[in-house]
Amino acid sequence: MTSLDYTIDPPITTRAVTPAEIDSAIAAPLDRFPSKRWWIAFGVTSTMLAGGLATIAYMLYEGIGLLGFNQPVAWAFDITNFVFWVGIGHAGTLISAILFLMRQRWRNAIARFAEAMTIFAVLCAAIFVTVAHLGRPWLAGYLFPYPNQHALWVNFISPLVWDVFAVNTYLTVSLVFWYLGLIPDLATLRDRTTNAVKKLVYSVLSLGWRFSNRHWSHYERMYLILAGFATPLVLSVHTIVSFDFAVSVNPGWHTTIFPPYFVAGAVFSGFAMVQNVLIIVRKMFKLEHIITMKHLENMNKVMLLTGSMVGYAYAMEMFVAWYSGSQFERFVFLNRALGPYAWAYWTMVSCNVVFVQLFWFKRLRLSIPIMFAVGVLVNVGMWFERYVIIVTTLSRDFLPSSWGHFSPTIFDFGIMMLGFGLFFTLVLLFVRFLPSIAMAEIKAVMDGAQAKH
Amino acid sequence: MWDNYAALSPITAKQLGVTSGDLVEVSTSDGAATVPVFLQPGQAENSVSIALGYGRTNAGPIGTGIGFDVTPLLGTATLNGARILSGATIKKTGGSHEIVSTQEHHALDDEFTKELHLKRKIVREGTLAEYEKNPNFLHEEKVTYSGLKWAMAIDLNKCIGCNACVAGCNVENNIPVVGKDQVANGREMHWIRIDRYYAGTDAAPSLSHQPMLCQHCDNAPCENVCPVVATNHSPDGLNQMAYNRCVGTKYCSNNCPYKVRRFNFFDWRDRFADGYYEEQPFDLVHNPEVTVRSRGVMEKCTFCIQRIMEARQHATEQGRELKGTDVKTACQEACPATAIVFGDMSDPKSEVSKYRAHTLGYHVLEETNAKPNVTYIARLKNLGE
Repeated sequence: MTSLDYTIDPPITTRAVTPAEIDSAIAAPLDRFPSKRWWIAFGVTSTMLAGGLATIAYMLYEGIGLLGFNQPVAWAFDITNFVFWVGIGHAGTLISAILFLMRQRWRNAIARFAEAMTIFAVLCAAIFVTVAHLGRPWLAGYLFPYPNQHALWVNFISPLVWDVFAVNTYLTVSLVFWYLGLIPDLATLRDRTTNAVKKLVYSVLSLGWRFSNRHWSHYERMYLILAGFATPLVLSVHTIVSFDFAVSVNPGWHTTIFPPYFVAGAVFSGFAMVQNVLIIVRKMFKLEHIITMKHLENMNKVMLLTGSMVGYAYAMEMFVAWYSGSQFERFVFLNRALGPYAWAYWTMVSCNVVFVQLFWFKRLRLSIPIMFAVGVLVNVGMWFERYVIIVTTLSRDFLPSSWGHFSPTIFDFGIMMLGFGLFFTLVLLFVRFLPSIAMAEIKAVMDGAQAKH
Repeated sequence: MWDNYAALSPITAKQLGVTSGDLVEVSTSDGAATVPVFLQPGQAENSVSIALGYGRTNAGPIGTGIGFDVTPLLGTATLNGARILSGATIKKTGGSHEIVSTQEHHALDDEFTKELHLKRKIVREGTLAEYEKNPNFLHEEKVTYSGLKWAMAIDLNKCIGCNACVAGCNVENNIPVVGKDQVANGREMHWIRIDRYYAGTDAAPSLSHQPMLCQHCDNAPCENVCPVVATNHSPDGLNQMAYNRCVGTKYCSNNCPYKVRRFNFFDWRDRFADGYYEEQPFDLVHNPEVTVRSRGVMEKCTFCIQRIMEARQHATEQGRELKGTDVKTACQEACPATAIVFGDMSDPKSEVSKYRAHTLGYHVLEETNAKPNVTYIARLKNLGE
């Protein structure tokens, strides 16, 4: 006979720890001088960032014509990377807000990190869509509706204006949500440190938090409100990004499946990125007992689900193109699968739909090398998904006379490097200067924290 | 209607303090009957009309007890006489009766629901005077152009594909020369181009060509997607570009089904310091009437707006209205075969209107509903059959 486990919430940590041990384990990277490995990693990412910034500076001087885009493919690496990074952000909000509202307490161990990644990813996206995309980035302010003496106003029926609002809202809400969650931990750090400078910084940032009952009660209420506020953003932001395409007249873009398809893809790629980075972080900082295999397995399950949704969308796109009877639609989809960009299309299908099916098997789902490799492939595949959507449609649209071919230049790779360089530099600075796991929240899910019958 | 009712105008009903379904007692000098009210806009004020023949007591399972017997109002003497009685009075009795109608009453005083059939164009009506003045009034364009509206027609029977229009446009509109490397990357800046298509077999090919330029669509896809309204529509039907406002999202180009928009990838004039533009005579080459576009902005055919503005200025000076024939575009002037026609499509007698109405006239990609304003005249091949 099996014995029933009456624990309300099983502890998340894999071995019994005390609150003090949790603080020490999580704050350890902040207390000591960074390791050699951290410096090597930081050297690589900051070099990438510097290279990317140099690319942008040269583009500002010379013109965005340095990129490879042309007529008819007027969007290419700029918007591909923009959509890619906005998508990466979605896992963070899903983990921190939706899983919180659903009382999935295992999320406490990874929410902080995922939220931080959301903010960094949205910053990357914002950079792509301004300095690496606009012909005249110094006029980006024109996209905001502000009163001016010219009586000029933005065009509220343009999806690009919706994007401006969606991305800015997303960044603001994510930032506030993340900072709110940090406050109790910043207070813990303030109380732990003996360094006068750190003491001052943490004191200012923790806004006078004293762990009083009243503070906690306000905090919990506000956290819940912000979680409720952030939840619709998981759906709305990528929906609006998909409108950039769905609202246009172009075959292969003008389709109603885009919003759910983009949201599923965003969560898919976001989880792959969070999983990849956490695998490295838990190993480097010896946090395997806090970010457990259960976390990784849960993330892999979400990837299996969303990857299959994306696969369904690929199949439906093909079916609807045929079923529509529109010769333009049929051509675009046959061209994706068989035309000059077929290699990109099949890279996308195999990375996003085929490899992730390995996660049906528990043994493979729990194998770190395999899940890491699948996570990397998913992000390759999701990058190519955006590339395929943008470039194949534009390169061969209505009039065969204006068909063209896009080939990236070294500057295209330069701006792409900027994205990855900025993202991982920020991640490295984050793990060095802030607690990458919410100490306060972990204490709520450790053994003994929950009432038992 | 399952029941008969006392039809009252909404105003009379309001004065009596009753509304649809309220029971009222209607009395004449001969008798009285109780009937529910039904509001009937258009009923004469201070009058009531009631259908006879209801309220039967022995009409079988379906007919019995339906409606209200109003024969007492007529009196026995007039049963076969007058049906229009004067001097009736109405009194609210209290109580109500459910009247079931297949078409619900649409209040005229509710701004929200009022006249929806007209607002939604379900019922379309006009006046006789309106019809006599303009028999086509029902099918006027949604976007009404009060005056002149520019349009172009290209006769593909006449076009010989010589590219003179391209050259003429380049010179007129300060089209940048971008160099071989940029053309190789699909960055030529021509506002008009000759599209060339082959059909048939290698042994027996057939060639078609088609001058393609901005179609100045009435329902332009480029205009909807510009976040800063840099591309917009003029009152005389031009799809225009405000270079100063353009931030260079290139969304307009992506959403143009004809791919006629051209982006300034670089400051073409500075980039080729070793090339054409630094040479002395080239400083003087530019048409002073046309803006030299800076890097990062989109541009495209303007229908030679500088010539339109000049013609308008002359017309104003001479104190007359601008006519469609006052303007010739650069491509039109350059065409040796007079294949390009330009003018006022609001004037039914203009040449361009005749081309637009021609049975061989068509618009490219009509199914996108962009409503382009360049009419092509289908080519007829004489195969000697």
